Amino acid sequence: MAVEVLDSDGVRRALTRIAHEIVERNNGVTDLALVGIHTCGVPLAKRIAEAIARIEGSAPPVGAIDITLYRDDLGRLGATARMEPSDIPFDLQERKVVLVDDVLFTGRTIRAALDALIDFGRPAAVQLAVLIDRGHRELPIRADYVGKNVPTSRSQKVRVELGEHGERDAVWIEEAANGTR
Amino acid sequence: MALGNRHLLGLEGVSAQDITLLLDTAESLVEVSRREVKKLPALRGKTVVSFFVENSTRTRTSFEIAAKRLSADAVSIASTSSSMAKGETFEDTARNLAAMSPDCIVVRHPASGAARFLAGVVDCSIINAGDGSHEHPTQALLDLLTIRQRKTCAWKDLVVTIVGDILHSRVARSNLFGLRTLGATVRLAGPPTLLPEQFRQFGAELYYDIGSAVEGADVIMMLRIQHERMAGNFFPTLNEYARYFCLNAEKVARAKPDVIILHPGPINRGIEISSEVADGPYSVIMSQVANGVALRMALLYQLIVPGADGIRGSGVVEPAVTAAPGRAMVA
Repeated sequence: MAVEVLDSDGVRRALTRIAHEIVERNNGVTDLALVGIHTCGVPLAKRIAEAIARIEGSAPPVGAIDITLYRDDLGRLGATARMEPSDIPFDLQERKVVLVDDVLFTGRTIRAALDALIDFGRPAAVQLAVLIDRGHRELPIRADYVGKNVPTSRSQKVRVELGEHGERDAVWIEEAANGTR
Repeated sequence: MALGNRHLLGLEGVSAQDITLLLDTAESLVEVSRREVKKLPALRGKTVVSFFVENSTRTRTSFEIAAKRLSADAVSIASTSSSMAKGETFEDTARNLAAMSPDCIVVRHPASGAARFLAGVVDCSIINAGDGSHEHPTQALLDLLTIRQRKTCAWKDLVVTIVGDILHSRVARSNLFGLRTLGATVRLAGPPTLLPEQFRQFGAELYYDIGSAVEGADVIMMLRIQHERMAGNFFPTLNEYARYFCLNAEKVARAKPDVIILHPGPINRGIEISSEVADGPYSVIMSQVANGVALRMALLYQLIVPGADGIRGSGVVEPAVTAAPGRAMVA
C-alpha cells in the first residue's frame, strides 16, 4: 500500500519555497553554491538553482557528490554496483554550500556527504536542504530547509519519483513488504 | 552487485558484466586524483600487501597509490629485500605474509601461474600484477578503460591491433581475452617467431606485416620487446626488428584518422615505437598511467568490500569453472 504525500505541484511549490528561503537567508547568491547528493539530490539541486535564477536573475553553481565510499555501513551493506563521479566544478574556499538531498532519515548520508565535501576544500559554511524530512535521526544533524516534514514509522519506505528519471514528480510512503524491515 | 570472484588472476573467463562493472567503478574514481584531498575512507582498516618478485615501477607504485587513496594500509615487499634472498621459497614467504592477515595480496612473479598458485595456498584475495608470460589483467583493464574513454562506438565495431612480442607478452594475452569478451576485433602482429599460430584459437587475426595489420585500425597497442624473457634467437638484430616493426608516423598514417596509440611501458624508444609517435598527438600513454590508479582503486574496492548481499564473491576465475562454489579455489 502506498500513500502519495506530495504530487508534482507539491514538489514544485516546495522547491520554490526552499529557493526563496536560501536566497533570503544568504542575502542573495554571492558566494553561494549548491551540491546535490547522488542520485536524487543532483536533479533537485539543479531545479533549486533554476528557481533561484528566476528570483535573483543569476543561478548559483551546482555540483554533485557521490558518497558511496564514505558510508559508515560499507562493510555491512557491501559494495554497490553503481557509483557516479563526484563533480565540484568550483572552488569551495569561502563559499556557502547548500547540500541537497531528497530524503533526510538517519542523517548518516549527510554525515558521509560532509566528509566527502570537505575533501574537496574548506567551505565557509554548509547548509542542508531536503525535499522530505521523515525523522528517526541517529546523528546530531538537522536540515536548514525542508520541503515537507513527513512523520513515518521506521518500517515504512519513502519513494521519491522525479521527472528527470522518466516519471512524474511525486513522493510516496510505502509499507514495507510483510511489515518487516 | 559485486564481482563474481574474490581473486583477479587473469581476464580469461571473466565475464563482460564484471569487466564493465570494474570500468564503470573506475570511471567514477578518475576525479579523485584531481581533488584537494586525494583520499577516500572506503578501505579503512584493510591491509593490502604488494609482493613483487620481479621489477616494476608503474604497476607497483600504481597499486600502492590506489590502496592508499582508499585509506587501506599498503605494505610493499620486493624479493631482493625479502627473506627470499635468504633462500625462503615463494610458498613459505607467501604463507608467512598471509599469517599476518592481509585482506589482499598483489603479486608479480616471473613464473606463469604464480598468482593462481598463491590463490591456492593463502586465504585472502589475490590480484595478479603480472605472472611471467601469462597474464597482466590490471594492465589490460586500464587499457580497456583508456580505449572506452576515447572511443564512443560499440566494442564490436572496434579494431584493435596489438604489435610486437606477442609470444612473451602477458599484456597481449590479457588484452586479447578482455577485448574478445567485450566483442572487439583483435589483430595480432609480429615476426612469425614471436607470433604463435595458437592465438587464432582465442579469436585473434594474425598478421606478419605491421602495415596491413594497422590498416584501418581504431587502436594500436605497441608491446615492449622483452629481452629478459627471450631464451632463444627470435630475430637477427634489434635494428632489423625496428626496421620492420617500429611504429613510425608513416605506418600510423594507414590507420584510421582518429587512431589512438597505447603502450604499457616501459618504452624502448626507436625499437618498437619511434619518439615522434610515442610523444605525438595520437599517443594516450600518459592517460593509461593515470587511469591505472583509478582502475586499481576500483578493483581493490570491488574485491575487498563484500558484495551487496553481504557474501563475498566466491570462486576463482577458472576458464572452465566460472561459478565454482564456496572455497573451491583453496582446495
